[in-house]
Parts: sequence; C-alpha cells; structure tokens
Amino acid sequence: MVSVDQARHLDPPARSAHPALPDASTRAGADARQRRERWYRALLVGPGLLTIGIFLGVPIVIIFVFSFLSPATYGGVEWEFSYEAYRQFLFDRDIFDESLVFNSAYLEIFLRSLLLAVFSVVACLLLGFPTAFFIATRPAARRNLWIFAITLPFWTNLLIRTFCILLILRERGLINNTLIWLGAIDEPIPMMYTDFSMGVGLVYSYLPFMVLPLYANLEKLDFRLLEAAHDLYASRWRAFRWVVLPHAKSGIIAGSVLVFVPSLGTFLAPDLLGGGKRLMIGNLIQLQFMSSRNWPFGAAVAVILLASIMAILVAYVLYNNRQASVQPEDKP
Amino acid sequence: MSGRAGRTRIGRFPGFGTIAWVCLGCLYLPILILVVFSFNANRAVTIWSGFSVDWYLRAAENDGLQQAAVNSLIVAVIATLVATAMATGIALATSRGPVFRGTTAILAVVSMPMMIPEIVIAVGTLSFFVLAGIKLGLGNVIIAHCVFCIPFAYLPIRARLQVMDPRLDEVARDLYASSWNTFRLITFPLLLPGILSGAMLAFIISLDDYIITAMVGGAGTSTLPIYVYTMLRLGVTPEINAISTVLLAVSVVFVSGSYFLGRKGKSSP
Repeated sequence: MVSVDQARHLDPPARSAHPALPDASTRAGADARQRRERWYRALLVGPGLLTIGIFLGVPIVIIFVFSFLSPATYGGVEWEFSYEAYRQFLFDRDIFDESLVFNSAYLEIFLRSLLLAVFSVVACLLLGFPTAFFIATRPAARRNLWIFAITLPFWTNLLIRTFCILLILRERGLINNTLIWLGAIDEPIPMMYTDFSMGVGLVYSYLPFMVLPLYANLEKLDFRLLEAAHDLYASRWRAFRWVVLPHAKSGIIAGSVLVFVPSLGTFLAPDLLGGGKRLMIGNLIQLQFMSSRNWPFGAAVAVILLASIMAILVAYVLYNNRQASVQPEDKP
Repeated sequence: MSGRAGRTRIGRFPGFGTIAWVCLGCLYLPILILVVFSFNANRAVTIWSGFSVDWYLRAAENDGLQQAAVNSLIVAVIATLVATAMATGIALATSRGPVFRGTTAILAVVSMPMMIPEIVIAVGTLSFFVLAGIKLGLGNVIIAHCVFCIPFAYLPIRARLQVMDPRLDEVARDLYASSWNTFRLITFPLLLPGILSGAMLAFIISLDDYIITAMVGGAGTSTLPIYVYTMLRLGVTPEINAISTVLLAVSVVFVSGSYFLGRKGKSSP
C-alpha cells in the first residue's frame, strides 16, 4: 500500500523525466501533452458528471424553485411566486378572516421523524458497537466472513426486508403466534402500525451502516493499549471508557451520520409498518406529490428535509476536517 | 500483526459476543421466515402446514409479474451498462495521473445520489420530467436509475484502482505503448474485476429500487418491486414470499459475486 502511494506521489516528476520528453527544450511539447491529458480527463469524467448534473442537480434546483410557487389544481405548479408552501408547514390560514393559526400537525411529523431517526441511531449504536468490537477481535480470516454476513442483508431488497418485519410483527405474525402458542398471552399484542414497528424497521434496515464504519475504526485500535491499561490496574470497563471509546469516537460519529441520514428521509418503513396513519417526513412528501396534489408544499417539505440533512453532513465534514488538522497523520 | 496476542484475553468484554450473534440472528431470522413460508402449502403466511412449491408455480404463471420482471431486467441491464461505463471513466480520471484540482468536487458530485434522500430524488426527477416534457415511459425510469447507480458502480472500481500499481502503466508507456494500448492491454484487464464488481452492485441497486421508480414511472412501467408493493397493498399471500425469495436469491448471488471479484487479487498488491 505504502509503496503504491509513494509511487503516486512521485508520479509527476517521473513523467517529466520521460525519455521522449527532454524537458525545458520542448516546453511547447509538454504543454501540448498536458492539454491533451486534460482533454482525456474531461472526456472520462464528462458523461458521468453531466448525467448526475442534469438528471439530479437540475431536479434539486427545480424542487427548490417549485417550493416558492403556487399549486395548480391537478398537481404541478402555477408560475407565480409564493411562500405559502413554507407558511403552510407551520400555520393554517383561518377560513373566515385569513388570520394565521399555528398548526402543529406538520411540525409533529417532522419531529416524529427526527425522534425516530435518533431512536434508530441509538438502537443501532447499542447493537452495532458490541458487534463491531466483537468482529474486530476475531481472527483475521473470520473477520471478513463476519463483515460479509453483516453487509449481505443491506444489499437485498429494502421493500422485501421491510415486508419480512411485517411478517414478524403482524397481529398473526411470528411473535404473536409464538407467544399465543406458548400460552404467554391470549390476545395478540398489537405491535404493527406504531412508532415501535417503524423503529424496528429502521434499525433492521440500517444496522449495517453502523457496524461497518465502527468496525473499520476498531480494527485499527492498538490492542496493546488495552493491555497497558490492564497492567496499570484499570478495570475492564475503565479501559473501555478511557481507551476504546476515545479511539472509536470518529467511527461512532460516522456510523451515526450514516444511520441518521437515511432514517430521517425513509419512506418504506413508515409506509408499510406505520400503516399510513403514522407519517414520517418522506411519506408527507410523497403524499403531496401523489394524492394531495400540492406540489409546492411537497417541494417545500423536501427542501426542509434536504436542508436538515445537508446541515448534518456539513457539520460532519467540518468535524472531520478539524480532526484531520488536529492530528495531521493517522497512526502508522 | 504482532501485539494482538492480548486481543482475546483483555479485549474481551462480557456480552459483546452474545450481542454480535443476536445481531446476526436478527438480520437473518426475518429473511429465513420469509423463505420458509414461501414453501408453505397453506394460504397463511405464518402457520406452517406442509411443503409445496405451489406459490412459485402460481407466481411463474402470473402475466403481470412476468411483464414486471421483463421491465426490471431491461431497466437494470441498461442502467448497469451505462452507469458502469460512466463510473469507470470517473474512477480512471480521479485515481490515475497527477492529482488535479477539482477531484474533491468531482467526488462530492458522484456521492450526491447516495447522500440525498431517495424521496427527494424521486420527487425532483418527477418534477424535472414533467417540466421538460420527457415522456419516454420506461426510458424515464432508465434515466433515473442510471443516475443513482453511478456511485455504487464507482466505489468498487475506485477501490480496485487504488490497489493497482500505477507503475505498470508507466512501464507500458516506457515501452512505447500508446495510451490506448496501455489502457487496453494493461489497465483494463487488471481493472476488470473491479468493473464487474461495480456492475453487479449497480445491477442489484437498480433491481431493488422502489420509491424512485414508483414516482418517475407511469402506467405500464411497473418493475418487480412496484409489482410486489401493489400485491402487498392488496393483502399478504405466500405468493409474495415466493417472488421475494427469488429476488433475494438474485441479490445474494450478485452481491457474493461482487464481493469475491472485488477481493480477487487484492492480497497481492
């Protein structure tokens, strides 16, 4: 690894010393070559970046613009400026005197989404940290197998995985049937269509996102530090608190961001497990574009969601940069 | 790997192993239940009454499902080819040659489809197509899929490029190979496992997508996940289990393939 990196850093001078290009004398030749390389690079990067720019960048701009327009009757927008959509997020307009009345319904959906996302982060952390630590302490050959086993479900269909949770939590699902069969309960416990079922769905969907960065981090932990702590008479948990946790901090933060972001914007878990009554922000957006046909409002909610997520990502990048400047180079 | 002798003794915290196994169990138990009950003789999805493959036969005869499967395949194959080609280009430009300004910006753009919530991409793309008047049916779905497949194809390709020795390219050039020949004879064959690995990930990501396809696609463009979702809304039957099991099997085969291709030759840098 190191040798490859070094070779890469040596690259530009190595190339200028190329026998075909005796430098200095053929400045123009070198310039032409450089120009050609830039050309190639543009050709390589161009199609992909253009595709993302046109079919993702432009749509995001359109959503932003739509959020400041008025709704057309059958979906779509009227091209007149309005910030009604954002107003609607917090206030209802009184039918009689047009005065603004605070309406907490949408704010509640937003807060519920935040709470569920936080719940999913905490639950994933409580489950994922011990798992990642355990994997990091396995013999090297086993570790890859574990990581593969943990990641595999992530690549399977999210819709199907959510459906699996439904099969288990349903009124006549696995848990209730088993409990009734055991005689522990007479009536099935209602678990579906609650915040609980949505939370379970989120944790089940995004647990691998927590385990992977934590594992990548803990794998680099120098276990001799734990020995040192032990030799200095630290108890196991003190060693955990003062050696493992500080080291794992960046992994914990990375995992939390990776779980929080998709949890906040999720659609399928609340749709299938929340039963359409307990909405999350993703479902609110979908409803506005489909059945409610208020595109500007849907766009405004999408902008609010996107802004929240961008704020978290920017904070995360800033945190990482600061860490990088505090510790210029990772431990060897 | 010296100094890891203490790993097992001191690096062991009570309960961690149990939690890890519980996690693994929780990840796989629901899937296992799904698969087991797809072979159930009875209509009930959670009461076992005998082995049968009736639900698979019934699914195989279902016309709507067949159409959805064909649509899914068309979308996934085209999106995979396009996205993988584009991702290969970006990976080559960002990992080879001198580091140039703008690399960070390019990486940010490439990771955008992974970072922006799917629902936002979905309504954005829908609005874009409506505004631009693009009504290509399945074509709309394919365009949308190409976009979000790019980062998934990109990651394994870049990972592969980073462990490949760039000096091999230099050697080829020193031996007067043209850029094209260097790429064709040296870089591409070495990179191929990474490209295949990326293509497989792109394929299953496309095959799995629900929300973007649902929003962007119009009538007659339903893919497998859309079809399964519609069936779910009508009621849970073991036929859904059967279809889901097949989809799961496809995903598992492709992810395993991607994983082993990605690892191939990685141990010898």
